[in-house]
Amino acid sequence: MPRKAQDYDDIPGTFVFDAERSREGYGINMFCMSLMKDANRKAFKADEAKYLKKFPLTPEQADAILKRDYNRMLELGGNIYFTAKLGATDGHSFRHLAAVMTGSTQEDYAKMMLDGGRTVEGNRSRSGRDKPAGKPKSKSKTAKSRSKRG
Amino acid sequence: MARITAGVASSHVPAIGAAIDNKQTEEPYWKRVFSGFEKSKEWMAKAKPDVAIVVYNDHASAFSVEIVPTFALGCAAEFPPADEGWGPRPVPTVQGHPELASHIAQSVILDEFDLTICNKMEVDHGLTVPMNLLFGSPKEWPCPVIPLAVNVVLYPPPTAHRCYMLGKAIRKAVESFPEDLNVVIFGTGGMSHQISGPRAGLINSKFDKAFLDNLSKDPKKLTRISHLEFMREAGAEGIEMVMWLIMRGALDDQVNEVYRFYTVPASNTAVGHIILENKRKASGKRPAGKIAKNAKDAKIKRAAARKTIDIRRG
Repeated sequence: MPRKAQDYDDIPGTFVFDAERSREGYGINMFCMSLMKDANRKAFKADEAKYLKKFPLTPEQADAILKRDYNRMLELGGNIYFTAKLGATDGHSFRHLAAVMTGSTQEDYAKMMLDGGRTVEGNRSRSGRDKPAGKPKSKSKTAKSRSKRG
Repeated sequence: MARITAGVASSHVPAIGAAIDNKQTEEPYWKRVFSGFEKSKEWMAKAKPDVAIVVYNDHASAFSVEIVPTFALGCAAEFPPADEGWGPRPVPTVQGHPELASHIAQSVILDEFDLTICNKMEVDHGLTVPMNLLFGSPKEWPCPVIPLAVNVVLYPPPTAHRCYMLGKAIRKAVESFPEDLNVVIFGTGGMSHQISGPRAGLINSKFDKAFLDNLSKDPKKLTRISHLEFMREAGAEGIEMVMWLIMRGALDDQVNEVYRFYTVPASNTAVGHIILENKRKASGKRPAGKIAKNAKDAKIKRAAARKTIDIRRG
C-alpha cells in the first residue's frame, strides 16, 4: 500500500515520524532500543546480521541498518531518537549523525552550525512555497504581518 | 493556597548535559551558552521555589515505541536519572512531590485532560539539563519536582492550543491545593532545530525571536501555530516548543519578562531561554525573585510550609 500523502511531505529533506512510519518502523526502533543494554550492544557488534534476526525487520530495513543509511532508516520508519542509539553504539554523537544525514563532512557541518545553521530560506517547501506559512487565502496585509513574525 | 509565581523556558540540548558532565563549561564554545544562564541561577536562588513542575519530553529513555503517552505526569516520590545508552547522567535523583502531583492529576483529569499517571519513571536529559541550567550542579536538587512528560517524538504531539489550555488547568489545580507553596513551572525543549534527515541543521532565529516576543506579550497568537508551520519554520524537532505553551498557559495573561537569552548553536540547536513572572497579587505570595520588605516573614512561612510537608510525608 503506498504511503498516504500528508501536508508535511512538502517539507524538503524531512521524514516526519508519524503513525504510519511508527507502525512500519516498529522493528527498527525496538532494535535500537535494545542497544540501551551493554550486553546487547556487544552481541550486535559480534554479529550484526545475526542479531538483527531477532527483530521484525523487512530486508530493506535490515539493509539500511547494516549500511548505516540513516536517512533510509528514517524513511522506513525509524525515529532519530532511536536511531541515535545505533549511532551511540558506533561512538557517534547526534551532531555527527546530523552531518552524515545531510551529506556534509563533519567540518563543513560544524562550520555551518557555528555560522548560524541552515537557513530556512529556500528550505521550506518542495512545491516552491518558499514563504513563511500563512493562511491559504490570506490577503496581502495578513501575509505581511505574518512574514514579520517570521 | 499553592501558587504558580513564575515560569521558566529553556532548551534541553543533550550536548549541554554532556558539556557539564565532562567539565567543558569553560571552553569558549560552551561558555557562550552557559554564561547566558548565570543571571538565571541568581534569579532562581532568590525565587526559592518550594516545588518545580518541569514540562519536558522523554527521548526514547523511559518510553520506547511500546507505550507513547501524550501527557504523562510523574506522581512518584522519586525519579532516577535514566541510562540513555552511556550510563545515567551523574546528577542527583529527582525528588517528587506526590501529594501535589496526585492532586494535579485528579483536578486536570476532571477538567478533561486525560493524563497518564506514572508512579515509576526515569527521567532523561530533557528534564535534568534545564535543572542544571537553573539550579547548577548541587549534591541534591534544592526542591521537589513534578515531571510532566509530553509526547513530541511520535507525530502528532498535542497542539499548541491544547498545551496552553493544559497549562491553565494545571494552574487551577495548583491554586486549589491547600498548602502554601511557591511553585515555578518550566517549559523545556526547542528552540528551532532539526536533527533528522537531509534538512538537519535548520535554524530560524527570526521565528525564535518572534516566538519569545509573543510568549511574553501575546501567547494566544502562538496557540494558533499549526504543526506544519512549526516543522516548516522551526525544524522537524522544533515542534517541541509546544511544551513552552503549557508553562505559559499556567501563568497570568499579563506577565513581567524578567530575563531572556538566545544563542546559536549548541550542537544542532538554537538555545532559547526566558523567565516570566506573574505580577504581584494583593494577597498571597509575592512573585518569585522579588525581595519584598517582608521577605523575612515570607521565608518563615515557606519554611513552615516545607515543615508541614515533611510531617505529612514522614
